Amino acid sequence: MSEQTSFKTLRDTPISEYLTPGSPLCGGCGGEIIVKLALKALGPKTILVSVPGCLALFELYPYTSLKTPMLFAPFPAGPAAAQGIVDGIEALVSKGRVSNPGVKVLLLTGDGAAYDIGLQATSAAIHRGLDFYYLCYDNEAYGNTGFQFSGSTPLAASTSTTPAGSGLRKKDLFEIWRAHNPPYVATVAASRPVDLLRKFEKAQRFRGPKLFIALGVCPTGWGSDPALTVRLDKLAVETGIFPLKEAVYGRVRHTYIPRSRKPVEEYLRHQRRFEHLFKPVRRDDLIRQIQEDVDRYWENVRE
Amino acid sequence: MLTGNMSAAWGARVADVDYVAAYPITPQSEIVETLSKWTSTGELNAKFVNFESEHSMITAAGAASLTGARVFTATSSQGLFYAFEALYTVAGWRAPILLVNVARGVGMPMVLQVEHGDVLAARDSGFLQLHAETCQETLDFILIGYRLAEDRRILLPVMVNMDGFTLSFAREPVEIPDKSQVEDFLPRYSYPRPLTGDEQVAYAPTMTEGVPYTFFKYQMYAASIEAKHVFKQIVRDFSRVFGRGYDVLESFMMDDAEYAVVCSNSYSSIIRAGVKALRRRGVKVGMARLRMIRPFPREELAKALEGVEAVAVFEQNLAPGRGGALYPEIVEALYHMPEKPKAVVPFIGGLGGANIGPEEVAYMVRVCEKAVKTGIVPQHPTLLLREDDWSKLRESLKVSGLPVEKMGVVHHV
Ligand code: SF4
Repeated sequence: MSEQTSFKTLRDTPISEYLTPGSPLCGGCGGEIIVKLALKALGPKTILVSVPGCLALFELYPYTSLKTPMLFAPFPAGPAAAQGIVDGIEALVSKGRVSNPGVKVLLLTGDGAAYDIGLQATSAAIHRGLDFYYLCYDNEAYGNTGFQFSGSTPLAASTSTTPAGSGLRKKDLFEIWRAHNPPYVATVAASRPVDLLRKFEKAQRFRGPKLFIALGVCPTGWGSDPALTVRLDKLAVETGIFPLKEAVYGRVRHTYIPRSRKPVEEYLRHQRRFEHLFKPVRRDDLIRQIQEDVDRYWENVRE
Repeated sequence: MLTGNMSAAWGARVADVDYVAAYPITPQSEIVETLSKWTSTGELNAKFVNFESEHSMITAAGAASLTGARVFTATSSQGLFYAFEALYTVAGWRAPILLVNVARGVGMPMVLQVEHGDVLAARDSGFLQLHAETCQETLDFILIGYRLAEDRRILLPVMVNMDGFTLSFAREPVEIPDKSQVEDFLPRYSYPRPLTGDEQVAYAPTMTEGVPYTFFKYQMYAASIEAKHVFKQIVRDFSRVFGRGYDVLESFMMDDAEYAVVCSNSYSSIIRAGVKALRRRGVKVGMARLRMIRPFPREELAKALEGVEAVAVFEQNLAPGRGGALYPEIVEALYHMPEKPKAVVPFIGGLGGANIGPEEVAYMVRVCEKAVKTGIVPQHPTLLLREDDWSKLRESLKVSGLPVEKMGVVHHV
């Protein structure tokens, strides 16, 4: 089923830029690509809300890499700050004090805010039907503070607070969000820019919460080669570890189904956070467990 | 006749607020319940939103204020603490919201009645603080508060404090100003560079160095200090329009006073009665009631206490390891006077809504007299517990298996 879109190939990427060249993000960070593309799709009338996390590095006084207005909010309260902006403008519009500016509010957080400390505020914002965009750059740990364990840290990943590897599975934020029945939830990856642009385009059809989880390749925290960022991103998709999907009013559709999934090992091997699965002794038990989790996920995907 | 809570709701209504951010908590809930009713009937043309926590509520309130909407919110006690980070945030954003705090004790143990441990804990958050004794003051401070907060020289949030139960649920005659008067006094709010998407503004980008951080912190400090002078100008306007005015503190029977009680909020009515009773017996005592706590009206307090022999400081908060939060501020205000009072004696009472009466005022003055005579000022605050409350407490302690002998010393009247 093909849908109407102005993004057919990469050539259709809008040329307008809302991020200035250069940012204090680490070299090879996938975050910059994601935000750059998201803003291209959303356009100039976007107000950005940011909370502590790597993406907050876009604004370091006295500089900002953003060409859009922005507000920096407390760690747990990004959705509430977005709510205040949306509501404030709405109140002024209804009183005729501001002409309808057609502004979009985009909240940028990492997984620490999205999975952990800000989950309550997000749940409530979705529940209230807040008309906003939420993009979580999910690098699976508290990257900005030195890569500590978060609710998003996957099984066996070593972080600075799970040095021997986490014994817990990652929370399923997509499903948590989806359970609130928002109009639009999607996952996006930098290696699939057209898919990303289409999703941000499609989301604009809906009023209410539009939520995105972006695969957050993080060379610094993952211990991967910055030059391999896009390759690693692709591997996450091709191994099936990071499924590309969307849910419109709860109805899930995978936007890309890897035809023959690569073994997870190919993805894990390139990252220091999984090094202990291969050295000093190979941990087939854990590798198998990760593979089985992925296989089980895809077994349930019927399209 | 209006309750304190209703007066607060009326304050928001006549200020024609654009946005109400709400979360319930006793003893504040009546305020937001009333505003939700008025916004649904259209009596108040504002957007009303129920939040899931005070942390979100106050953050959203601040963000909305940056768009150019006049914002009202209210909380109390545990709610204020839950939102603590958000208080500093909206102040740092320079978002001129108005928050009514209905003072209540802070758990654990939980209590619903008044104490100032909540509002005073927020004294350094950047919110300016106005403390009301009466329902009328509550309403008026909301109007004055908006004008102060939104003044371009200030741009800081304002907290109006009223006492839980003793004021929030007390009925008093209140004059509700009419629309044209309010319009005359309170101009329409607009934010200098609003966050509406039309302008490229960056609010609160992270500082990587101490120097710019210092600059912005100092800006807030400077604005908060300026707020006292601006308050006085605003009040002149207020009295022109409404025929009543307020100084940063109230001096009651202070003219020839040898003793003074410094206090704030609703218990001041009891203290005033105590002062009057003592005056009838020829004791030269007066009362200085703080209406403004942030900025702290240092000079005005020193002036009000000129010539006084001894000062009793009555506070409804008790900080472990310290005592009352305001005591050191009051002592500091007096320190630079050429003729200082001989004693400044700390008292704590009315915690969690415990009673005091005119007898406690007489007791405080007696302790002051003794301190002057002996030259010995008690190091620790004296706890004011009424005799009947004291015996009730002994009973409860017995029931709970904690004999009072084990509790150490409790000072009481
Ligand atoms: S720590 Fe990771 S996510 Fe954060 S900026 Fe660096 S590479 Fe990007």
